[in-house]
Amino acid sequence: MEMESILNSVQGYMYPNEVELQWSVLIVLYPFITGLVAGAFILASLERVFNVEAVRPTYRLALLTALAFLLVAPMPLQLHLGHPARSFEMYLTPHTSSAMAMFGFIYLWYLMGVLVLEIWLDYRKEIVLMAREKTGYLGKIYKAMTLGVDNISERSLAIDDKVGRFLTIVGIPSAFLLHGYVGFIFGSIKANPWWSTPVMPIVFLFSAIVSGITLVMLMYMLVSWLKGHAMDMNCLDTIGRYLFYAFIIDFTLEMLDLIHRTYEADESFHALNFMMQTRLYTSQIILQIILGTVVPIGLLAAIQIVRVSEMARKGTYVLSGILTLIGIFAMRWNVVIGGQLFSKSFLGYTTYKMGLAGREGMGLSILLLILPFVILWGLVKLLPPWDEEQAA
Amino acid sequence: MTIDRREFLLQTGKLLILTSSAAAALEYVLAGTPEEAPGYTVADHYWAMMIDIEKCIGCGNCARACKEENGVSRQPYYFRTWVERYHVRPEEPELPDVDSPNGGIDGFPEKYRGDDGSKSFFVPKLCNHCAHSPCTQVCPVGATFESPDGVVLVDKKYCLGCRYCVQACPYGCRYIDPDKKVADKCTLCYHRIRKGLTTACCEVCPTGARQIGDLKDPNDPVHEFLRTHKTQVLKPHMATGSKLYYNGLDGSVR
Repeated sequence: MEMESILNSVQGYMYPNEVELQWSVLIVLYPFITGLVAGAFILASLERVFNVEAVRPTYRLALLTALAFLLVAPMPLQLHLGHPARSFEMYLTPHTSSAMAMFGFIYLWYLMGVLVLEIWLDYRKEIVLMAREKTGYLGKIYKAMTLGVDNISERSLAIDDKVGRFLTIVGIPSAFLLHGYVGFIFGSIKANPWWSTPVMPIVFLFSAIVSGITLVMLMYMLVSWLKGHAMDMNCLDTIGRYLFYAFIIDFTLEMLDLIHRTYEADESFHALNFMMQTRLYTSQIILQIILGTVVPIGLLAAIQIVRVSEMARKGTYVLSGILTLIGIFAMRWNVVIGGQLFSKSFLGYTTYKMGLAGREGMGLSILLLILPFVILWGLVKLLPPWDEEQAA
Repeated sequence: MTIDRREFLLQTGKLLILTSSAAAALEYVLAGTPEEAPGYTVADHYWAMMIDIEKCIGCGNCARACKEENGVSRQPYYFRTWVERYHVRPEEPELPDVDSPNGGIDGFPEKYRGDDGSKSFFVPKLCNHCAHSPCTQVCPVGATFESPDGVVLVDKKYCLGCRYCVQACPYGCRYIDPDKKVADKCTLCYHRIRKGLTTACCEVCPTGARQIGDLKDPNDPVHEFLRTHKTQVLKPHMATGSKLYYNGLDGSVR
């Protein structure tokens, strides 16, 4: 059976209970997805709070993307539990010293207190107009979405805008909390030297910003292409520039961690170094660092320096965007799976074999990655993120 | 047959009382009988374990008895206690060769001759029943906890099976019960020690290499053991407040 083949591929010595990996690909998806949420929100806040007008065309798309992914974020966690029906206990009897116990509260706050509210305020005028205009099934949905408020006077909309702006300001630390907290889940485990570092939440945060900005950039390009809209190159270039800046910080932090570990070379170094050069070589060195980070940073940097045609810039954004998402996914993989491949005795290594089917298989993981796009499609249908005049 | 109102109310009342008491009785039966431990007060005890590496012969009785006593899965990746064999070469004391075939349950095949200046010894492992346990700290619902008498336990009816505690244990002492899908670990045979018995592993140890000790009992041999031996805990830098005291623990042991 499967476990036996894993036992046979153990190299060196693992404590017997360590042979089986505890956290599967589902737990890789969790930080990947919440990272996209946090990053997309940060991009939205660039326009709203920091008045970066150039990225305005992506503002609403960024918010809807964040919502679509946030709705999926708890699913891999729920699926992974041995007793999914008991998860509600985390709300009823949270253990205050547990980082994980805070998940539900941070999640609910971010979902209901920040994101849904902000989207509602931003779309309120359209929702009310649609509720008046549409009939039948769709009309009922819009009517329900107005929450019984149909005042769209100038004064009322001005208040919406003010509250929305305030919410975005509250939303930035909330987005930081949402994803920095995910980093803390790993960073606070002293038993595991691959995870245990105070930099972990910050590394997670900046990689989240990188991945979220990238996703919205790609979505904007895809949607514009599908709809036949002209792409706002000023917007794309601005996003590219911010992506470049965030990437530099992210890469610096990750390299700082790596250099620090290598230079200190504590008791775990031998094992971790061996792991990076063998079992994690492809996913860490090749995918995460070279293809997923150095190459896209190089491409983005080149665009900042050299003047190239619009077409070439678009191509570069698509290429570096896809590489970036692969790289960030690899980073989550290397943290979550990599952190379980070596023994806490530092004397041996196990392997992770991902099944195709089943609750923790690849099939379901791919579905979970497609699902947010389906939700986003529905959201975009219901709440079109582009102005009509821009569509021309 | 006609029933007047008075009769109807009487019969309904009886039925209600009977069904509710039957339901209560059924619930009581299904809950099982609480383990009887007359005279056991948690506040009067504080449990620890002494392990004398110099006495361990690697017979694996402890690991075998533990699986038998506690119904632990027979598969070779689930152990509440297991035995490791260390082989330390003088030129590389920090990189020992360690093995634990099937947790040492079937003993250890002869492997090292010892005429090359190297040394070999056995190290029994189990939950350290830490006083500041990192595993209970991370449990999102408090399903695993330190009992007042110093034993780290899991409430299997409450555990979500999120596996965070397994990640947090520095000693690899936890696993997920493959049948119940909840965290499982050594309970220090809590069902036995409350009745004044010793643990299954200590009971069967032919050399007395492992002994349970009550730190709150002034007459317990644990005090003499700690006073007369140079003891050490595993991974002391983890500061987990481990209560598994080893005599003769080599620096190479992780």
